[in-house]
Amino acid sequence: MAKIEDILRERIMILDGAMGTMIQRHTLEEADFRGEILKDHPHPLKGNNDLLSITRPDIIKDIHRQYFEAGADIIETNTFGSTTVAQADYHLEHLVYQINYEAAKIAREVADEFTRKEPNKPRFVAGSMGPTTKLASMSPDVNNPGFRAISFDELVVAFKEQAKGLLDGGVDLLLPETITDTLNVKAALFAIQELFEETGKQVPVMVSGTITDASGRILSGQTAEAFLISVSHVPLLSIGLNCAMGASALRPYLKVLSDKAPFFISAYPNAGLPNEFGQYDQTAIEMGNEVEEYLKEGLVNILGGCCGSTPDHIKRLAEIAAKYKPRVIHHQAAMVEE
Amino acid sequence: MDYRPLQLSGLEAVTVTPNSNFVNIGERTNVTGSAKFLKLIKEDKFDEALEVALDQVRGGAQVIDVNMDEGMLDSQSAMVKYLNLMASEPEIAAIPVMVDSSKWEVIEAGLKCLQGKGIVNSISLKGGKEEFVRQAKLVKRYGAATVVMAFDEQGQADTYQRRIDICKRAYDILVNEVKFAPQDIIFDPNIFPVATGIEEHRNYALDFFKATKWIRENLPHAHVSGGVSNVSFSFRGNQKVREAMHSAFLYHAIQHGMDMGIVNPTMLEVYDEIPKDLLEHVEDVLLNRRDDATERLLAFAENVKGSAKKKEQDDEWRTGTVEERITHSLVKGVIDYIDADTEEARQKYGKPLNVIEGPLMAGMNVVGDLFGAGKMFLPQVVKSARVMKKSVAYLTPYLEEEKRLSGNAGQAAAKILLATVKGDVHDIGKNIVGVVLACNNYDVVDLGVMVPTEKIIEAAKREKVDVVGLSGLITPSLDEMVTVAKEMQREKLDLPLLIGGATTSRIHTAVKIDPVYDGPVVHVLDASRSVPVASELISKQTRGSFQTKIKQEYKLLREDHENRRQAKNYIPLTEARANKTKIDWAATNYSKPQFLGRKEFVNYPLDELRKYIDWTPFFQTWMLAGRYPGILNDEVVGVEATRLFNDANKMLDEIVKSRSLQANGVVAFFDAVNDGDDVKLFKRDQTESFASFHFLRQQNKKAQNLPNFCLSDFVSPEKGKDHLGMFAVTAGIGLEKLIERYKAQHDDYSEIMAKALADRLAEAFAECLHERVRKELWGYAKTEHLSKDDLIDEKYDGIRPAPGYPACPDHTEKKLLFELLDANKVGITLTESYAMYPGAAVSGFYFSHPDSKYFGLGKIEKDQVEDYAKRKGMSVEEVEKWLSPNLSYN
Repeated sequence: MAKIEDILRERIMILDGAMGTMIQRHTLEEADFRGEILKDHPHPLKGNNDLLSITRPDIIKDIHRQYFEAGADIIETNTFGSTTVAQADYHLEHLVYQINYEAAKIAREVADEFTRKEPNKPRFVAGSMGPTTKLASMSPDVNNPGFRAISFDELVVAFKEQAKGLLDGGVDLLLPETITDTLNVKAALFAIQELFEETGKQVPVMVSGTITDASGRILSGQTAEAFLISVSHVPLLSIGLNCAMGASALRPYLKVLSDKAPFFISAYPNAGLPNEFGQYDQTAIEMGNEVEEYLKEGLVNILGGCCGSTPDHIKRLAEIAAKYKPRVIHHQAAMVEE
Repeated sequence: MDYRPLQLSGLEAVTVTPNSNFVNIGERTNVTGSAKFLKLIKEDKFDEALEVALDQVRGGAQVIDVNMDEGMLDSQSAMVKYLNLMASEPEIAAIPVMVDSSKWEVIEAGLKCLQGKGIVNSISLKGGKEEFVRQAKLVKRYGAATVVMAFDEQGQADTYQRRIDICKRAYDILVNEVKFAPQDIIFDPNIFPVATGIEEHRNYALDFFKATKWIRENLPHAHVSGGVSNVSFSFRGNQKVREAMHSAFLYHAIQHGMDMGIVNPTMLEVYDEIPKDLLEHVEDVLLNRRDDATERLLAFAENVKGSAKKKEQDDEWRTGTVEERITHSLVKGVIDYIDADTEEARQKYGKPLNVIEGPLMAGMNVVGDLFGAGKMFLPQVVKSARVMKKSVAYLTPYLEEEKRLSGNAGQAAAKILLATVKGDVHDIGKNIVGVVLACNNYDVVDLGVMVPTEKIIEAAKREKVDVVGLSGLITPSLDEMVTVAKEMQREKLDLPLLIGGATTSRIHTAVKIDPVYDGPVVHVLDASRSVPVASELISKQTRGSFQTKIKQEYKLLREDHENRRQAKNYIPLTEARANKTKIDWAATNYSKPQFLGRKEFVNYPLDELRKYIDWTPFFQTWMLAGRYPGILNDEVVGVEATRLFNDANKMLDEIVKSRSLQANGVVAFFDAVNDGDDVKLFKRDQTESFASFHFLRQQNKKAQNLPNFCLSDFVSPEKGKDHLGMFAVTAGIGLEKLIERYKAQHDDYSEIMAKALADRLAEAFAECLHERVRKELWGYAKTEHLSKDDLIDEKYDGIRPAPGYPACPDHTEKKLLFELLDANKVGITLTESYAMYPGAAVSGFYFSHPDSKYFGLGKIEKDQVEDYAKRKGMSVEEVEKWLSPNLSYN
């Protein structure tokens, strides 16, 4: 199979769109989330989307299929909240490895199915690793700024377990994403490197941060450039931005990354901003127009959608991306070696 | 050779390239190097310890070194606690951290707190290769750069050969085996004390230089750092020699390739200003040029200590060339010789303009560079400007004569118009900006204070200015600035508009001013920023891109503001009122004032007031950060603060003696009753209220048990029990005359000083009267016994909030206040914008209840605005205009 690095040098690759938005199209009840294995679990589980990889794999596989059919090269596993830290809300810490493993496995099956049909367009699976629900470098208590709700060491343990499940389940890539605190992702990268060393097996790592407001900084206060520098000790496949604001609002910060990063660049913005009712109503055409600005400037190598985006949006992005050349990694920036 | 920059980060990025200046690492947050810092940490005063870090950042440190290695401390938990607290202060967290410890566990714990890319200080081969490799791998995995000490199993490298051997060995292991990025390696080849009298130490400095050069030439991309103050250890107690040694050492080390270092900037003389003979002796030692170098420096050092020598040395600069003397006078702010030197230069250069464009500009460029680099402080720059102005004043008649003969004017400098807007009388900040701009060769057109919009626009056109700068201190000035911007837009001007002054902000400029004007609008935070901003806006090359950048930035700010606004939580006014301050009035002891109605205090003794001065804001006026009296011994600004403080006291002595300023005040008390958010006033024995003050209530959603404050809550609802006090004071009578005198002498420094002192005296007057009110005039705290610091920290019972300030931001309440006080009888009046005149004045209310406290109103909702308008008999629009910064809606 062709190496992803080689394909990225040739063309812009397409990542899938939102998982949550697609799950919401189904009317799911508590029983769907519990399935057989958790029917006696003492806590409510409705809304724990990551659990569906075990209890309703048919739904998740179908969503993966729809994205591949729309033109995605890479799909993300349904594991955004599958760490012990996030699953603690549902008292499911003990299932974390299994959730990750099963999610990777079903994504792998669907990807292989498509690769078999179209061997000249290999499909990839990226293991999604969300930021967890706690920040490592900010205090949740305004009166006690030195307090931390979680430690670096605790995060390393949590991320390592997640990454292990994903790798064992067969992902091609790991993707710590929607980063709101760089210290959290540094812990994730620390865990991933330890795991690579221990297992002797490596996969390319993508990193994607989130700029949460118009200050142009991630939630923990770093500028885009400081964020880049803080994770550049790892030889990443790509760095980029996702979620938060719509495509246009991301552009200036993508440009910073594109100018300075020695890695490929990814971008998967939300489909605009939510309306007053929390729904995304940006159309595929509108999102495509905004994203096309990045492509004209040659800012990206990997393109996809986050909250609110659907197979329609991804189809549109794939059509537009096909017209443009991928970003070339700058020689200057590329001099940082492993 | 290609070059891989060292990249570091805090909240912001720092990149070290061959073109970067020497990277200065702040070292005061180190318990082994600073007794003060150690004491704070030991006493668990982490908040104060944070200020040490803040001072370092403000003093120009680009990286901040944190060390907690002390036997009595739990170094690991102190490191973690301090780093976590630093992370909560964005100004500190902006720059990268150097985690400094001899214990690996402490370093590792520190690395786990850093979201940015920091530096480890340090690792070495001291414990053998295996441990070195293990640590280096972890440093890499945590994503940090590292200092590598020239230290191995045999000990610390103390010769040239040992230094380079160890560094080479460490480099090869790191780069080839660990795959450590070579640009992330910073060698510390050991700076040791010289002139110790021990033969083996004689080559220490020279070997360091040579090793530094070798490292930079032979170990690609690696950097060199070190702790500079070590070198002068033998001369502890002789500051002058130490400063010269540090500076000479750094000079040579940098020449040899040292590009980072732990340096205390206050312990550094400018290399070019080290007296030649001292420099020679110091360099003899550093470069090991003579066998008797150490003895000679020791002997020489004795003389340098002597004070008699000092005078002689101080005059030595008079022997230089006229250009050198002019530069010296400008840099040091020496006014005594400037006329003579200017005359000499005029004869030498032929034309007076050549003197201005030649030696004077050259000298001011030195001043500008030093100020830009943080090596001169504002008061020094103001003094430089005074010298400059005096020299130009000397040349002016010659210039006029020349113009008359030739019939044409000289080349025009860029012109900047400055004005304090209509209704506002404050101008200290504006004057400082004017001086700083003038120092940088801008032609400043200063229209003064209370300048109406039409006059600003007319002058901008007539004078063909390049930039318009608006200043203001009181809240209504914000609206006035919007008006000026709108008018400029209507008149189709596209001149850059600079906004500055205490109440102005980037967010206000972005949200209110920028959208109404198509030309560039920039909020300038303080005087030091005015020069780079002006030059970017004036230069044809940069103006376009700068304008685009700023417009974009402000647009983002506006959107951000809009987003945040929607997120805030407010409660209806009725609910806020139900959650008022709970005061047990039945248990309250009321006191009766000595008098009802008003009482004047005319010509109050100034030497009495002077004892009440709070000096900290005085230093803020001069852009020196720090709290009095600590600031006088501050490592960065201490010398300048002390000089300023002495000058201020000298001027105060004179003011007191010559009575050139007069302090007048008036106090009044009335029977008062709470009525909702109003306070009703009654004349003696009358049942009908004759006047009411209207206050505003906090409307943001509060945590449990916290009330929605309103000032009226602090007055009793029972009739005939409680009182409301009020006052107005000034110390600015006579100030204008005083200033005119300094203006005539081109003495900006004294002019700004006089204004700053008048402001301080007015505040002191308010403090002094308030104390008398508590103890005697109202007498509700007769037994109060507080120190001056307690007064400054407001530890007394009762408050004195001022209209226009956070608890009652509506300036228009001053109208009734001034009527009741009849303040114009003691010489204090209100402008149309309700600013007080003279500007050095304070007014406010007195509330006596011990539960009363200062608070900020915050934002209020439309329901309260409508209710308030009804209570005040004003239109809603009028209220919205005055309270615009407090509206929760647009």
